[in-house]
Amino acid sequence: MMATDALSTGHDKREIPSRPDAVEVPALSIDGVSHAYGARQALTDIGFSVAPASFTALLGLNGAGKSTLFSLITRLFGIQRGNIGIFGHDIAQAPGEALRLLGVVFQPRTLDLDLSVTQNLLYHAALHGIARRDARERSREVLARIGLADRDGSKVRDLSGGQMRRLEIARALLHRPRLLLLDEATVGLDVKARADILNHVRRLVAEQGISVLWATHLFDEIGSNDDLVVLHQGQVLARGKVARVIADTGGNDINTAFMRLTGTAQSGSLTS
Amino acid sequence: MTSATTTPVRSGFSPAEYFTCLSGIVWREALRFLHQRERFISALVRPLVWLFIFAAGFRQVLGLSIIPPYETYILYEVYIAPGLMAMIQLFNGMQSSLSMVYDREMGNMRTLLVSPLPRWFLLSCKLLAGTAVSLLQVYAFLMIAWFWDIAPPPMGYLTVLPALVLSGLMLGALGMLISSGIKQLENFAGVMNFVIFPMFFASSALYPLWRILESSPMLYYVCLFNPFTHAVELIRFALYGQINWISLAVVGGCTIAFMVGAILAYDPSRGLIRRGPAGGET
Repeated sequence: MMATDALSTGHDKREIPSRPDAVEVPALSIDGVSHAYGARQALTDIGFSVAPASFTALLGLNGAGKSTLFSLITRLFGIQRGNIGIFGHDIAQAPGEALRLLGVVFQPRTLDLDLSVTQNLLYHAALHGIARRDARERSREVLARIGLADRDGSKVRDLSGGQMRRLEIARALLHRPRLLLLDEATVGLDVKARADILNHVRRLVAEQGISVLWATHLFDEIGSNDDLVVLHQGQVLARGKVARVIADTGGNDINTAFMRLTGTAQSGSLTS
Repeated sequence: MTSATTTPVRSGFSPAEYFTCLSGIVWREALRFLHQRERFISALVRPLVWLFIFAAGFRQVLGLSIIPPYETYILYEVYIAPGLMAMIQLFNGMQSSLSMVYDREMGNMRTLLVSPLPRWFLLSCKLLAGTAVSLLQVYAFLMIAWFWDIAPPPMGYLTVLPALVLSGLMLGALGMLISSGIKQLENFAGVMNFVIFPMFFASSALYPLWRILESSPMLYYVCLFNPFTHAVELIRFALYGQINWISLAVVGGCTIAFMVGAILAYDPSRGLIRRGPAGGET
């Protein structure tokens, strides 16, 4: 129970000054992005955008290029071709401004197992220049909300997989980003932990106006009202509302739609 | 007319934010070091074994003439003490390099690299943190060595500090540069064989250069061009309140060169760091 309810970070929807003549700038815009590892082309002319305060699912098989795309968005890799913007800030030209607005949960665990829960949070806060006193306050706040207040001094290696993931999400929100990227965030978790985390992230979108890009290979994590981007072999095959993608392919559900788009036969989840 | 705009966000970072980031990285390295007691003990045991066993045995075999900065005949233990101090820093630099490769393999490194602060600053902080840890080890070694009658002038403990900082930065930057080129943790054993041992043995840490010249002119030049030799000599002179200007120039120059190389190597747009996703990722 605690995970679902508690994971809310408590920060309010931030007020964004608006200009009367301005259209809403996308939370994430990806335009003509290509990437190759030597001779192997991993991404080819990728383009899509994530609207503010929306939940966008990035659906693809293992090897589709999801993690490569995440590495480009987070500037772990340099962009070889194309442009990536976070709320209008180009990641290559203004990385500081762009990364300030971004929170990330990577596919592999990135917590320091030898440090305590609080120490991990304080370290993350320091990397964002958040003063120690403020960081302690925020840490206490998020730990209380994710139900780990009593584990603040525990070493991270003593937490369960689900608790680690919740802690990673809380950590990603500590500096109050406006766009949250989650790369296969539920991999390796049991059914309840998966549901808790997914519900929590959806609440962040609904209640706090955070934009989310959720990379997954699991159909059951995609809701009918979500925005969807289908990535296959480094190319975007479809994008839009889930219902529309299904309708465009003439299928009945996301499973069939994906199968028709990619020519693969899958059921329930996508594994290669 | 409508136009897309950017979401307002403060550009740049205040000095306080830079300082917070620096102190956070140093704090994390110190915590990791304190949590790994075995690392601290092994960092001390290594030079002490050299001092108590190797030097005791060689004392009778190896004669030393009076060479600067020493003003009289000295025991062999006294001679190799600066070399062992530099050795602590060499191992610490490579240990930091190993931990960066480990962090990259395990994913922790991403936490650092996705910080909005400039990457050159993050790497510099990491380097400073590693150097601070090496200073703790060196002074712990000096304290134990004092009981072994290796007692430089009292002011030497202070005058050696800048030299230790500079040599620690150089060796840490070298480790960082090396870590950028290592793709897997398993490959790190090569660093021991191809970096640590050759750097340490082909230097003035264990024998004075004039001794090496007598036995092999070619090896003499190898030692002379080895930056580690200059780190040792810089520390040796500083321990006696003197400055070896040539060593200072070499160590300073190499620090800059290695640091620039490491920053370029970790630059996502042209870096040498692995361009493919980590294992298991897609």
